[in-house]
Amino acid sequence: MRSPSGLGTLVVPALLVVAAGPALAQSPTFGLGRTPTQEEVRAWDISIHPITGDELPPGRGTAVEGALVYRRQCARCHGAEGSQGRAPRLVKQDRPEGTHPWNLGRILPIRSPYAPTVWDYINRGMPLNREGTLTPDEVYALTALLLYWNGIIAEDAVMDQESLPQVVMPNRDAWAPLPDWKPDQPRWPGYPH
Amino acid sequence: MASEQPNRRAFLKRGAALAGGLTLGGPALDGAEAAAQSAETQAQELPDYSSPELIAYGERSPFVTSVRSPVNGRPSPDDFGLVFHIGTPLQDQIGAITPSSLHYFGTTRGSFVPIIDPAEHRLMIHGMVDRELIYTMDELKRFPSVTRLHFLECAGNRSSPRHRTIVESHGMTSCAEWTGVLLRTLLEEAGVQEGGNWIIAEGIEEVKGTSSLPMAKAMDDIIVAYGMNGEPLRPQQGFPLRIIVPGFEGILSVKWLRRIKVVDQFYMTYNDYGHLSQEHHDAALGFQIGPKSVITWPSGGQQLPGTGFYEVRGLAWSGGGKVSRVEASVDGGRTWFDADIRGTPQRMAHTAFSFNWTWDGSEAVLMSRCTDEIGQIQPSREQVREFFEVPEGSPLSVPGQDNSIQPWRIERDGSVHNAVA
Repeated sequence: MRSPSGLGTLVVPALLVVAAGPALAQSPTFGLGRTPTQEEVRAWDISIHPITGDELPPGRGTAVEGALVYRRQCARCHGAEGSQGRAPRLVKQDRPEGTHPWNLGRILPIRSPYAPTVWDYINRGMPLNREGTLTPDEVYALTALLLYWNGIIAEDAVMDQESLPQVVMPNRDAWAPLPDWKPDQPRWPGYPH
Repeated sequence: MASEQPNRRAFLKRGAALAGGLTLGGPALDGAEAAAQSAETQAQELPDYSSPELIAYGERSPFVTSVRSPVNGRPSPDDFGLVFHIGTPLQDQIGAITPSSLHYFGTTRGSFVPIIDPAEHRLMIHGMVDRELIYTMDELKRFPSVTRLHFLECAGNRSSPRHRTIVESHGMTSCAEWTGVLLRTLLEEAGVQEGGNWIIAEGIEEVKGTSSLPMAKAMDDIIVAYGMNGEPLRPQQGFPLRIIVPGFEGILSVKWLRRIKVVDQFYMTYNDYGHLSQEHHDAALGFQIGPKSVITWPSGGQQLPGTGFYEVRGLAWSGGGKVSRVEASVDGGRTWFDADIRGTPQRMAHTAFSFNWTWDGSEAVLMSRCTDEIGQIQPSREQVREFFEVPEGSPLSVPGQDNSIQPWRIERDGSVHNAVA
């Protein structure tokens, strides 16, 4: 797609960029690769916006439905009630009165500031060796179950594209944002180390 | 030849296990058992360096037996066959580059290392860009490339009094020469749209490990790497494609890279959520790695054979840029002197250092201290305690990525011990 004289293709557009300013700075320099089809993008794009839940697919589920899916798909590794298995615990029920959620440990459906992150992880990483086999309804139902088990939503609350991003997680405001990073700057202003 | 191959392999494996047990302090063999194994070893066929196999692809000597090992108290493989945190044997390393086979590795949550045919592998760039793009490996290799030394370090690299050896205390950092395309080059091809302030990078392994990174870093020095130490990436290092995020905690350098999405904000992926902090300083100090160094020889678990001359050796690095100075102490930090920097320091790369020392047989505590090119100085644990006003006697967890000074205590019998209090 380019002339064999690589030098020409590299240098000329670069000069144009300098001469013509930002408008042309936006055009590709190397012209390699191709445009993915929208089907390819949809198939690969499993990211979920943590706050808006933008990319969540249609579907719905409740904790009651989730309990059925859990028994079939999760209980063998995570334990019948989400805590006694070989795999990481998913629930913390025995919590002393007034314990800050941060101090309940690194349990995704407690510590995650946003509920869509729980959906995202189940969808991308579970069940082990069968990732990607759960339907959106099953992922909504399992998310609902974990949120219900951890006392965040009611047993009959319906989780879907609209309601999941509305769930207020206990840790929503208890985390510090990352710094506004710039090159060649100390990692924390005022700290000499 | 084919029938002889398994014998030679068997010998190498047995030899490695035997020597590994002796040097790394594994279960000690009693004299008779060791002698029996030694005889058995000699009975095995020795490697034949004229064989077509070893002419085609070399191997290290059977007398060189340094190996990696799982660290942080979690077995690898675990109950599910997942591998998680594997430490590099820094005490055996010679020079600043970690051999690819010994480079530390970690994975998201623990994962299986995927087997990927590079001919089938693709990288997609999409989201808030003018032109979504998908590349084959061959296409990526046609782009202008960079080749740079960079260290990687896991946030789990925290020395504690219960660690005996440097593998446990510092084994999750390594340094390699990485080759690939600057991510900036690919993002400029795609044209980042207004408001595209973050990227998320995603792997293709079964958990599809994903991390959020600020656009300022993406446009600065992140490498979309396919090469490592003169050859394609090793599978445990992300073959055929990964990113290298210089100076940031290791989990952000996503392996088995298949997708980069330009997004409006921090995306709070599973990886990101696992590294949240409650305090601003903790978040900042965990993001960019600070100036750090460690003496690798002599280090915990090793034994000085006697008094006399030693070249003490170590490694220094910083997420803030080049190492500009390394100081050392042999009296527990009461007095310091400049160590010799070996080679030319590179940005966000391990830098080897050394100093000459004559051991007189008395107890000594050896330490090193790194200063980087932006003036950050590696702190002692006491300095960290003072800065954050952590009372004496209460446990100290160094905020963010632990870059505190590592003391090694040499006892009169020449044994070397971790002196972190």
